[in-house]
Amino acid sequence: MDMRVAVGGLMLQNPVMPASGTFGEEMAQVIDLNALGALVTKSVTPLPRTGNRSPRVAETMAGMLNSVGIQGKGINAFVRDTVPFYRGFQSPLVVSVSADTADEFADLASSATVPGVAALEVNISCPNLEDDGRSYAMDPLQTRRVLEKVRSATHLPLWAKLTPNTGALTEVAQAAEAAGADALVVANTILAMAIDVETRKPKIGNVMGGLSGPAIKPIIVRMVYQTARAVRIPIIGCGGVASGNDALEYLLAGASAVQVGTYNFVQPTAMSTIIAEIEAYAVRHGVSRIADLIGAAQQR
Amino acid sequence: MSTARSMDDVRNAAMRELSARAVNGSEPSATGGTGEEASVSDRLAVSGAPGGPMAAGESGGSSESLAQIGGVLFNRQVSTRYWHLAVSAPAAAAACAPGQFFYLRCGDDGEPLLRRPMSVYQMHRGRGELHFLYAVKGAGTTRLAQLRTGDSLDMVGPLGHGFTLDPDWRGVLLVARGVGLATLGPVAAAANRMGIRVTAVLSAQTARDVLSESYMRSCGARTLVVTDDTGTSGVPAMRELVAGILASEPIDALFTCGSQRLTALLQEMAAERGLPGQAALEEPMGCGLGVCYCCVRPFAREEGIEHLRVCRDGPVFPLAEVIMR
Ligand SMILES: Cc1cc2nc3c(=O)[nH]c(=O)nc-3n(C[C@H](O)[C@H](O)[C@H](O)COP(=O)(O)OP(=O)(O)OC[C@H]3O[C@@H](n4cnc5c(N)ncnc54)[C@H](O)[C@@H]3O)c2cc1C
Ligand SMILES: Cc1cc2nc3c(=O)[nH]c(=O)nc-3n(C[C@H](O)[C@H](O)[C@H](O)COP(=O)(O)O)c2cc1C
Ligand code: FES
Repeated sequence: MDMRVAVGGLMLQNPVMPASGTFGEEMAQVIDLNALGALVTKSVTPLPRTGNRSPRVAETMAGMLNSVGIQGKGINAFVRDTVPFYRGFQSPLVVSVSADTADEFADLASSATVPGVAALEVNISCPNLEDDGRSYAMDPLQTRRVLEKVRSATHLPLWAKLTPNTGALTEVAQAAEAAGADALVVANTILAMAIDVETRKPKIGNVMGGLSGPAIKPIIVRMVYQTARAVRIPIIGCGGVASGNDALEYLLAGASAVQVGTYNFVQPTAMSTIIAEIEAYAVRHGVSRIADLIGAAQQR
Repeated sequence: MSTARSMDDVRNAAMRELSARAVNGSEPSATGGTGEEASVSDRLAVSGAPGGPMAAGESGGSSESLAQIGGVLFNRQVSTRYWHLAVSAPAAAAACAPGQFFYLRCGDDGEPLLRRPMSVYQMHRGRGELHFLYAVKGAGTTRLAQLRTGDSLDMVGPLGHGFTLDPDWRGVLLVARGVGLATLGPVAAAANRMGIRVTAVLSAQTARDVLSESYMRSCGARTLVVTDDTGTSGVPAMRELVAGILASEPIDALFTCGSQRLTALLQEMAAERGLPGQAALEEPMGCGLGVCYCCVRPFAREEGIEHLRVCRDGPVFPLAEVIMR
């Protein structure tokens, strides 16, 4: 069974990897990191950040809201402490980067271009301080501008992570492709809100947060389907993957790989199970190369 | 192919690290709960530097070592709100220290989605048992209460950093309410085994909700029950009660869990008297493992305000560092 898939400059041993922000060094205590298609880190920022006020998480029906606010120690500590940790594993390391302005993005990408890093995931779904806090990936022009700067700052493959919170999804995807992105991650969380009726207050400290988990999967599958028709670069589906069948749905819609986020919290061993389930499906259906399934549900 | 090191390697490394620290004398306090069989892995659980980056080797551990299935021995309602759940889980029972918690799956059909954190109420290493004492609140704990003898319980743990006990202490005071009635149970047991005297003030709405009293007593603790319905649990009454205990007994440390009001009160009383203290905190969680930063709260450290993860850097923190909401 050939589980390999080609994704934005990398050949992955299988199509399953963690989603940024839901994975870290501690996962090595629960799951064999060498079994994963790639390792994707939590978004790193130029400087240390303390993140948003608590509570930062609230459960919703078949999903959750989060407003962590990208807490972290900044790129210097990341390159010093985190990158060396992952050198002990053979799965390619994909570093997610996030910054407030296009120039900061470019500097960050250049600082993150160190041995041991196989690709950069550019989190352009984060707020853009030069555009009133709207995220870059809501707008094709902003997307193109920031990615062109990042492209010229690093030789590493670039994966652009898009937001579902836009009416211009395919235009944004095309702008990212035109700016030199090697793959697209579709998508980040859906902006959402939940209110506690007893206290009459928002359930999370930041009022609004990102919805993730099984609840968002049908929306993101649709977005992958549409994006796959609009661009030629590979797509990584991300949203609500909890099983092998969920991952297969994304592949059939046109994704070359999937990321698993929230479900790692539900079942920290989930990614191993998902890989096994995809393999079992392929055997059952007489598929010899998983890559043959990519886009098989596209109506042409 | 796995490069993850075997659990034995990790334990040996932890053992070496621990004995090195003991020799250096840089770690004056022993971890609690080691009385019976002093398993190495419970020391492992508390040996990592809170918040520090992990070395490549340190995170090892055989894959899936924290993911466990427990066999339900019993799950009984013990008062209007509380249930007592016992599971057979020898590896987890051997690995776990007081104050640590398990992240429990409360239904395998996806509702509720997230796991629920529950601290260990009792552990019986000889029998390979872990016990939880929980209040039924919402969807998760309602599902937990449906478990029957013979069912399996999907648990991740033991997680977090637990309580620390110093063998030189003569006596400790535990002040528990709500969740703390469960969380402080194993502290009483561990202190008793180390020859430290335990006085426990247990607070609840009614005396019927103070389920851990008999367990704490069986661990040799002197227990005092205060309740809302008798008007003995308010802050002024508690201040007087605790002041009396501190004035008349040799108490070298304070432990608390389960109430913001009581944590604030004890923080103040400990500071006035220069006593060390520890508090176990609760915060909504995502991963429970330390990767997502959903459970972060601010703490007052010497270097300034630090934002730490309750699941990994805690749930037990120095009492003086806790910042009330
Ligand atoms: C480290 C730790 C140890 C705990 N130990 C115990 C224990 O031994 N016994 C006990 O009765 N309870 C304990 N709790 C509290 C227990 O986790 C909550 O009561 C439980 O999650 C409620 O779930 P629910 O679905 O019934 O309630 P709901 O209110 O419906 O839960 C909704 C969401 O909020 C979260 N949540 C609700 N209350 C809490 C809380 N207090 N802390 C963190 N998250 C919460 C839930 O996990 C869930 O995601 C502990 C909490 C923590 C953080
Ligand atoms: C707690 C949490 C933290 C996240 N942090 C990041 C982040 O730092 N950078 C990022 O690009 N996406 C982040 N995400 C979004 C996820 O990577 C993913 O896009 C989203 O959760 C949808 O996938 P899921 O439904 O499988 O969780 C985070 C999600 C969660 C739940
Ligand atoms: S719950 Fe994820 S870091 Fe604590």
